Amino acid sequence: MKLNVNGQVRDFEAEEDTPLLWVLREQLGLTGTKYGCGIAQCGACTVHIDGEATRSCVRPVSTVTAEQKIVTIEGLSSDGSHPVQKAWAALDVPQCGFCQSGMIMAATALLKEKPKPTDADIDAAMTNICRCGTYNRVRKAIHVVARGGDPKTAGLSIEHVEGSKA
Amino acid sequence: MSAVLASPSRRSFLGRSTAAAAGLMFGFHIPFDAMAQGAQAPEINAWVVVKPDDTIVIRIARSEMGQGTLTGLAQLVAEELDADWSKVTTEYPTPGTNLARNRVWGSFSTGGSRGVRESHEYVRKGGAAARTMLVQAAAAQWNVPAAECVAAASVITHTPSGRKLSYGQVADAAGKLQAPAAADIKLKDPKDWKIAGKRLARLDTVDKTTGKQIYGMDLAMPGMLNAAIKDCPVFGGKVKSFNADAIKNKPGVKKVLQVGDSAVAVVADTWWRARTALDALPIEWDFGENVKTSNADVAAAMKEGLTASQAAVGNSNGDAKAALAGAARKIEAVYSYPHQNHATMETMNATARWTPERCEVWTPTQNGEAALAATSEAAGLPQKQCDVYKLHLGGGFGRRGAQHDWVQQVVLIAKEMPGIPVKLIWTREEDMTHGRYHPSTQCKMTAGLDAKGNLTALHMRISGQSILAAVIPAMVKDGKDPAVFQGLNPPGPESSFGYTVPNLLIDHAMRNPPVPPGFWRGVNLNQNTIYLESFIDEIAHATKQDPLAFRRKLMKDSPKHLAVLNAVAAKIGWDKKPKKGVYRGLAQTMGFGSYVAACAEVSVNKDGKLKIHRIVAATDPGHVVNPQQIEAQIEGSFVYGLSAALYGACTLKDGRIEQTNFDSYQVLKMDEMPAVESIIMPSGGFWGGVGEPTIAVAAPAVLNAIFAATGKRIRDLPLKNHSLKKA
Repeated sequence: MKLNVNGQVRDFEAEEDTPLLWVLREQLGLTGTKYGCGIAQCGACTVHIDGEATRSCVRPVSTVTAEQKIVTIEGLSSDGSHPVQKAWAALDVPQCGFCQSGMIMAATALLKEKPKPTDADIDAAMTNICRCGTYNRVRKAIHVVARGGDPKTAGLSIEHVEGSKA
Repeated sequence: MSAVLASPSRRSFLGRSTAAAAGLMFGFHIPFDAMAQGAQAPEINAWVVVKPDDTIVIRIARSEMGQGTLTGLAQLVAEELDADWSKVTTEYPTPGTNLARNRVWGSFSTGGSRGVRESHEYVRKGGAAARTMLVQAAAAQWNVPAAECVAAASVITHTPSGRKLSYGQVADAAGKLQAPAAADIKLKDPKDWKIAGKRLARLDTVDKTTGKQIYGMDLAMPGMLNAAIKDCPVFGGKVKSFNADAIKNKPGVKKVLQVGDSAVAVVADTWWRARTALDALPIEWDFGENVKTSNADVAAAMKEGLTASQAAVGNSNGDAKAALAGAARKIEAVYSYPHQNHATMETMNATARWTPERCEVWTPTQNGEAALAATSEAAGLPQKQCDVYKLHLGGGFGRRGAQHDWVQQVVLIAKEMPGIPVKLIWTREEDMTHGRYHPSTQCKMTAGLDAKGNLTALHMRISGQSILAAVIPAMVKDGKDPAVFQGLNPPGPESSFGYTVPNLLIDHAMRNPPVPPGFWRGVNLNQNTIYLESFIDEIAHATKQDPLAFRRKLMKDSPKHLAVLNAVAAKIGWDKKPKKGVYRGLAQTMGFGSYVAACAEVSVNKDGKLKIHRIVAATDPGHVVNPQQIEAQIEGSFVYGLSAALYGACTLKDGRIEQTNFDSYQVLKMDEMPAVESIIMPSGGFWGGVGEPTIAVAAPAVLNAIFAATGKRIRDLPLKNHSLKKA
């Protein structure tokens, strides 16, 4: 079987009903996409298929063609330089971080569809579960991206030391 | 100065060992190839390694699970080290290394909001001692007195001559010096802090935005197999039989085996294949006697305890029973709190490799030492022949701390496949139905009032489950679990009751249902604060007193409790009415060493739909290490506390938990998340925790606001079981 993931065509072997999530994680070694519930409730497994946010834990791999373009968190940028990733880092959004790949993929799809989302748009699109409780910073980070990327507009003071990996 | 090895007594405090630097350490970015790391780096002491390129590696014994302890503890060490923060990285020592080095890093336990407050002194002394040794090494190289040298941002300057050396340039020499005695180390006054106390960005954020962060579930090792497991759905049940032949030809299946008395596992090349095969495996269970128990039975047993004559006393003064008997007016109410699952986003998982000589485990854990003990027990090998490599946690909340049931399982599986690394991952369904649940209790509150509406007596009878009786039974004496009274204790540094009542009795009748309990973020402070703060609100309304004014009257002897309450009242604007249709509720408590209060503003529409508009929350944790991370913990505490209050309940039916996934165990999502305004008001002189206390005020502040809005007093949770629609 073949999939187009992050711009590369990848060959693999799996049963047809294997969820896309587990092919990504186990056959293709892309573990940034997470297993949280397996029933499309939590969104930790969110990836893009042809630009659309998709919960990969319930998507049989056989229903994705080799022509469809899959993007995972690893393919959003090679170095964390995507505007959404930058806003996330600037506002220290993640706590444990386990849900954040899915959050970022959902937010990226939302911002592509609605570059200036309202709070109601965010509420409707961002149904991912975070148990640590990062929702308010997720919202702030989405607005930062919509406003052009300046984290100062979030009104959240966080000191980044130059040269630090933080 | 010649190289002098530290004396044994000093080693136990700031011991150093080249063995540790030479490969027993476990770096964050090379999860299983620990041996490749380290050999080059000189260790100054157990806490600090300085590499020749000036990179500073700070060792962190506690576990990072999102709460920011990794960054906070590094800030404390770096502060006393006078380090260049931009050069700081971190690593976890392994519990096996800790054991081999006489527990030089102390406790690995990461729970009870203790990460910083329990270890701040010795980790700062570790940083200060390393700085002293680095300065001494530079002074020796220049042949000048150390007193003429100063350190700042990883550079030592000889003040009279202006000569400079970086930490990396003298690290080798510093590592050979004798450590200063612990008693001789003077710590900085927090008012002089430059790194600690600042709103610094976390050290572990970037990899969490790129998918590079490796969690336990993501671990991959050469030759590794994957396991899925099913434990008997009924608590206390056992495996009767299973038909392995039925699935042995399924793709990828390598082994089907029983694990302990109560579980069956399938090992396959991939986890998905293991899980699919396990789902198809015919298993017969011996459900045991708990199959006859359901939630109504649990509730009935606890109800009986509300009036039982035998109860352990946690706090008392005066004569509450006599005062109640003679009171002009009595108010009574019964509350209850259900079981909750931690529901960490990452389900339980671990990887193990067992041979007759050695057993190694890779797992997300809140307590590496407890995980090592569990490994050793299951492996049948002494601890010194085992080790545990801590991986990043996708949430902990107490589930991954005191008990390591999943670690024991994976070791038992790996033991049947010597030499092969096996990774066990729980399904969400397994995780939901085999938790270590927030204990369930009921509480009967009885207040006695005089003719003027003054509170003269209060009896708080708690009935229900004890965590310690199940998890640390040695701490239960004469039927008394001291942890049950969290937040209700007489004045003390850990948790204390903030009201002065002339006649007070708080007691507990232990009734333990067949649902395994555990420490759940906030622990017993959660339900105790709901009971107390809701009931205080009830008394205020019943006697037509303002809930803030009524509390203030009772809090004259508790100035720190009162200060956080006053802070939220001032910020919310309690003296002015909220806008039309919006109502307020208050709550305060003290636990995990910190004082917290909250005020919630809510509205309830004509259909009974609740909206939480705004929350103001205040915390006095004594000292503050990273304010922006405390704000994150406060916001997160509302998500955790309100998820439980609005939706959370794990109910028992026929001996098993009914809720199996996030569709039946709902949690708060973005659309319901209120704005949270944090007030961080450290008063100094003590060190309190920040990860948990605020959870306790989340629910009662909202419940009291709901009463103000609707006149409905919700006394049993979750809220989803109640209609808020006006009758």
